[in-house]
Amino acid sequence: MVGWIYLCGVSSIIFVFSIFFFVFREGAPFLRDRFDFKEFFFSPEWYPNSDLNKRYGALALILGTASVTLFAMLIAVPFGLGAAIFISEFCAGKFKEALKITIEILAAIPSVVWGFIGLMVMSPLIIWATGAPVGLNVLNGGIVVALMSLPVIVSISEDALKAVPDTFREAALALGATRWQVIYKVLLPAAKNGLLAAALLGVGRAVGETMAVYMTTGHSVNIPFDSRFPLFHPLQSVRTLTATIAAELGEAPHLHPDPSGNYPPEAHHYQVLFVIGILLFAITFAINLTADLVVKGIRRKG
Amino acid sequence: MFTRKSLILWGLAFLAVSCSPGLSPQRGKKTIQNTGSDTMLNLAQAWSEEFHKIKPDVSVEVSGPGTAVGIEALKQGNADLVNASRRLEPAEAAQVKSNTGKEPKEFIAGYDGLAVYAHKDNPLEEIVLEQLAEIYKEGGKISKWSELGVDLKKICPSDEIVRFSRQSNSGTYKYFREAVLHKGDFKRGSKDMPGSKYVVEAVGGTPCGIGYSGMAYKTDHVKFLKVAQKKGDPSFAPSNETVLSGQYSIARPLFLYTIGEPEGELKDYIDWILSPAGQGVIAKIGYIPLKK
Repeated sequence: MVGWIYLCGVSSIIFVFSIFFFVFREGAPFLRDRFDFKEFFFSPEWYPNSDLNKRYGALALILGTASVTLFAMLIAVPFGLGAAIFISEFCAGKFKEALKITIEILAAIPSVVWGFIGLMVMSPLIIWATGAPVGLNVLNGGIVVALMSLPVIVSISEDALKAVPDTFREAALALGATRWQVIYKVLLPAAKNGLLAAALLGVGRAVGETMAVYMTTGHSVNIPFDSRFPLFHPLQSVRTLTATIAAELGEAPHLHPDPSGNYPPEAHHYQVLFVIGILLFAITFAINLTADLVVKGIRRKG
Repeated sequence: MFTRKSLILWGLAFLAVSCSPGLSPQRGKKTIQNTGSDTMLNLAQAWSEEFHKIKPDVSVEVSGPGTAVGIEALKQGNADLVNASRRLEPAEAAQVKSNTGKEPKEFIAGYDGLAVYAHKDNPLEEIVLEQLAEIYKEGGKISKWSELGVDLKKICPSDEIVRFSRQSNSGTYKYFREAVLHKGDFKRGSKDMPGSKYVVEAVGGTPCGIGYSGMAYKTDHVKFLKVAQKKGDPSFAPSNETVLSGQYSIARPLFLYTIGEPEGELKDYIDWILSPAGQGVIAKIGYIPLKK
């Protein structure tokens, strides 16, 4: 019996390591034969299935993911934090419960439904409101991803605020602080690690989102930053790392090496998609680890 | 808690579920796995529904993830019938042979004039293939509507040509790349849509837009641009006559592939598709039937 429980406990570790092993094994031949650090990270030329000249520059895809994430967090962090403060400090009883449940429901909407809303509702709205030539862009994807990561941010921020002992609030009030002063000067500093962790987990959610961004960003290999004012152009279409994997994995032929261990050039498309997988894995791992360490920080302080 | 008795019960329950008739193929019922081209998806669904009316004991399960995905399935032997909006390449045929031991068998089921779509309010009427290439290909020179000689300031203030394309697993994408770009690459920044229908919808919602897709997906929000082979040549919209006569220069056959010679129900199905009944469905969907 204890063996069973033990197995259940360590199963997630086994899964994570097997997934990492699998992804790495599929991507390894590309890393060995074709990978060019400078091309992969600094060239926007993504032509993995060109007949004449195959190129594997992921810069535009990396910046696509970065821009959607950045834009989503610009919306979701202030909103999520505000909602958490409202729920934990200004709200009580039935209303509080209703609000919390509604936010949980927001988390339960499938990502393809979000994508559908972005495609059918927001895209014409964005064209109408901004005069942009196309409604599938960073703005659209960013809003959708912001809404999708709000529940994570709100519920973790709320937990962090709840974890601040009531004695802190009482002491501040006893000193004559107003309600806002309690929040600014006492609660936010006391809960800052938890709030930072909430934001980071929101970032992780945004980086990993696939279907909704595939449908809403226009799926266009394009860099939305340039030297023209205001440097970042949220009305341009982009393509993210995750959407590229989703769109291209089905077609990329899974070929085997010849007897001497060499792969034909067509095989690199499949492999480079796994290299992108490794990159995504590394990004989310770094974010989650940071969030974990940050949360540990509060615990130690007690 | 899992006692031994409860484990046995769970095991029995599992067996009962996995052997129940709902999950195993019904007796006497034959399914055909049909996958591939997204251009042909609405056509394949209509064929499947019509055929089911004649032969209720055969069900054709249709999906349309894209020609390249269908051809991958053909190589792995995972599909009975694969729809393709481009011809199988020799290397791909060789892989089917080496993986499954059988030659792929090709059928031409009908034709599609690959339509060039613009927004319905766009004043442009015709386009030369060379201009289309300059718009879409890497290093191409045309990026503004005014460079095509039309004034779109009213509906498209930016004057920018917004290029809609297909994601790279599409047979339409590959056909366009071969027939229009002559195997060159696409200009970076085209919006790569996940399906034929999305391209037409996106163009319909984007006054600055241009796109290419199967002719059967036309809606009221878009129009066909007439296509001319060379500057000064007459231009034609895709239709039965212009495609079959060869006047419409970017038309292509719609292919069906099987692994080896089709047999049994699969043969019946293909024979029916090539018969007047099946060809009637093609015309109804908006593609072009074979010449009689």
